[in-house]
Amino acid sequence: MDGGQELAARPGTGSAPPSLTRVRTRRSAGEQAIKVLLAGAAVLSVLTTTGIVVTLITESSKFFGEVPFRDFFFGTDWAPLAGGASQSFGVAPLIWSTLYLTLIALIVAVPLGLGVGVYLAEYASPRVRKIFKPIVELLAGIPTIVFGYFALTFFTPLLKDVGINLEVFNGLSGGIILGILVLPTIASVSEDAMSAVPQSLREGAFGLGAAKWQVVVRVVFPAALSGIVAALVLGASRAIGETVVILVASGNNPNLTFDLSVAHQNMAAFIANVARADVSAGSVAYATIFAVGTTLFAMTFLLNLIAIRFVRKYRQVYE
Amino acid sequence: MPKVRPALDAPERREGAQAAIFSLKDVQVAYGGVPAVENVTFELVKNEITAFIGPSGCGKSTLLRCLNRMNDLIPSASVSGQVLYHDQDLYAPDIDPVQVRKRIGMVFQKPNPFPKSIYENIAFGPRVLGMKGDMDEIVESALRKGALWDEVKDRLKTNAFGMSGGQQQRLCIARTMAVEPDVILMDEPCSALDPISTGAIEELMLELKRNYSIVIVTHNMQQAARVSDRTAFYNVDKLEEGKRVGKLVEFAPTEKIFTAPDDKRTEEYVTGKFG
Amino acid sequence: MAVTETTITRKVVERASSGARTKDLLFRAALLLCLFVAVLFLGVLLVDVAIDGIPLITPEFITNFPSRLFAEESGIRPALIGTLYLMVLCAAFIVPIGVAAAIYLEEFADARRWWNRIIEVNIQNLASVPSVVYGILGLAFIVRGPIDIWGLGKGSPTLLAGALTLGLLVLPVVIIVSREAIRAVPPSIREGALALGATKWQTIWKMVLPGALAGIATGVILALSRAIGETAPLILVGAIAFRLTDPTIDGQFSALPIAIFQAAGEPRPEFQILAAGAIVVLLAVLLLMNSAAIYLRNRYEQKW
Repeated sequence: MDGGQELAARPGTGSAPPSLTRVRTRRSAGEQAIKVLLAGAAVLSVLTTTGIVVTLITESSKFFGEVPFRDFFFGTDWAPLAGGASQSFGVAPLIWSTLYLTLIALIVAVPLGLGVGVYLAEYASPRVRKIFKPIVELLAGIPTIVFGYFALTFFTPLLKDVGINLEVFNGLSGGIILGILVLPTIASVSEDAMSAVPQSLREGAFGLGAAKWQVVVRVVFPAALSGIVAALVLGASRAIGETVVILVASGNNPNLTFDLSVAHQNMAAFIANVARADVSAGSVAYATIFAVGTTLFAMTFLLNLIAIRFVRKYRQVYE
Repeated sequence: MPKVRPALDAPERREGAQAAIFSLKDVQVAYGGVPAVENVTFELVKNEITAFIGPSGCGKSTLLRCLNRMNDLIPSASVSGQVLYHDQDLYAPDIDPVQVRKRIGMVFQKPNPFPKSIYENIAFGPRVLGMKGDMDEIVESALRKGALWDEVKDRLKTNAFGMSGGQQQRLCIARTMAVEPDVILMDEPCSALDPISTGAIEELMLELKRNYSIVIVTHNMQQAARVSDRTAFYNVDKLEEGKRVGKLVEFAPTEKIFTAPDDKRTEEYVTGKFG
Repeated sequence: MAVTETTITRKVVERASSGARTKDLLFRAALLLCLFVAVLFLGVLLVDVAIDGIPLITPEFITNFPSRLFAEESGIRPALIGTLYLMVLCAAFIVPIGVAAAIYLEEFADARRWWNRIIEVNIQNLASVPSVVYGILGLAFIVRGPIDIWGLGKGSPTLLAGALTLGLLVLPVVIIVSREAIRAVPPSIREGALALGATKWQTIWKMVLPGALAGIATGVILALSRAIGETAPLILVGAIAFRLTDPTIDGQFSALPIAIFQAAGEPRPEFQILAAGAIVVLLAVLLLMNSAAIYLRNRYEQKW
């Protein structure tokens, strides 16, 4: 914008037209200020991410100043809160428990979640969908601490009653309930993906004499595949990052074992447990929060990026 | 390429009282670098109704929208050439598009009343422009200009969404009147309306032209013939690879366009041979 | 669409062999079973909590402070008040910032610019960062850290620090839902206002925002209901279960999820079951909020 403001009409225009030139009024300055403020709010989201990354990196670097990388990533003995010589920082059991619990959760959630997603997208009449979609969303809206309480006080005793030998804190109950927790994520993302498949594809297959289940399995499912992959990845990411269900139901020790009857602790639950244990800031035990947090953040971040990519792919194809 | 006939030698021009409000020179509008309409040169005269006609895709609406910088809303749109409004270049860097739209109002293809009361629909413009005066009077006078007052004076507080399509469109015209513009641009204002509502709006336009200049885009040749003083005919040039670009073919008094056009394509279009 | 689909299906199935028909039925039954299991879990969970919790709900349970000695005298007063405070403070934080960010991204940002694309992807990503990581951020940055501008952390956990942490956690939700609501306002409304000489901001403030209000309000309530159900971030920023005074903004605090968490870990059964009472109260608060959201949507949603 040039500096010379012409308030009067330009010569030769006669009396009729008013000036259309931009006037540096308080109002136009205000408009600019507003835009800057709004952009600032949007940038806050980037600052949040930056804050997370900066926190994790600076505090983790303190941790790795004390504990060698090798010991952390390749050690198999995890006892950061122990005193003296028995203190040990091999993160492998924690990562194992995290992934193992996630696997159990997915074994529960993938068939159930996809089943619900397929049913709602392909079979349910609009009326049935109108009833059951909110119910599935309700499941997603229940605080995770409630699932934790349920796992500990109802589901574990129930599993014991049917004859499964379990400790009070065990991986089986926590893992299964974790699966129920991520079921709605998988169901709703996969349903969206299947609903986006154009009707013409289905009609084409029906026209060739295919049965409904064949159409769903051989036509709709492959066509929605990138969205379904996104659903699974998002579900896995949620399961990896969940804290309280595992903290309440599965105890305080990671275990490098396939045995689900014993305690398993995932990374998020470990972080919460250390924070609760009131270790003094500045100690190595306190710093493990950040080292483990960095590992957790890196894993979920990667999964989220993959999921976003897959979601974008199916949106591009059908929208 | 046939030469475009600018209307510079139109008789009204010489009478002196009739000043050109718009003067376009070799205007081109492009979206993302691809021209949508180009080679447009003409002058529009005060207190006249000018109609833009032509087959769909000829760029007539695009051109209309560059007369009050509504194209600014589309980030990829760009305008080149010269668009002079009362000798001011509308696309000069120091021009404020808000000031432009204040002077050059627009009525859209589909009635777009605000989801508010009839009264608030009219009062919105004067309020945001900080116009002084009794708002009730402003609203009444605008509704009278929009030939709507008698129909709605008893229900000014009711939601405008409850009106018929024709009433909504007249409300949109009245709303434009309320900010006292100089020019009104109308983008196929009757395309969503029934014949009776269309008749009412055409009457209104003839009434309004005493105080305002009007540019109307229409796909309805009878409408152009009925209401306009001058008509611009645009056509689509098909280029290689299926690309299309709009061109101004002929601009002349309406009577001439419909009875003795200079260009063969104009004649074919107005006699219904294509389009 | 559904009608043609079923008629076509019927035709195909009639022509199909009986084996194919059986497979079709089995497939359908398997899907229904999945839905049934999901609904069953939800039902059993709610009934279990209700059976344990509802008998505990007495006026004293709501108004008493927690007790370590007598389960029957223990209450959730500081936790409930803490949760309500968190909700209000969180709303005060996320509404202006979330809506402002949504307006920027929908109305001003040119999506072709790399920095706007980064903001966009970043918000999507933040929406699925584990809540415990936000807790770490809250602990290191707000409670003990560099942006302790108002001395609100004082190096020790405060309600305000908790509210800010939860706010950051649900901000992406508010932004995403508000953007959808703003996008639902048709462009013709913006054009109509701009064509009258309104400035961009006048158009947004007087036309777009009122039109998007119901959607934004619904999104804010949903975000808040997620925020007050979160446990992990509060554990990280140091919320505590046993408080014997009402919470203050700049002091230590409790919240319902923390009370539930603490009680659930109790070895004594008469204390453990208190968790169910707190759950019932928490779910009741959430139910109220969701009802409010549904009411707002039905009552004020603008049909275009």
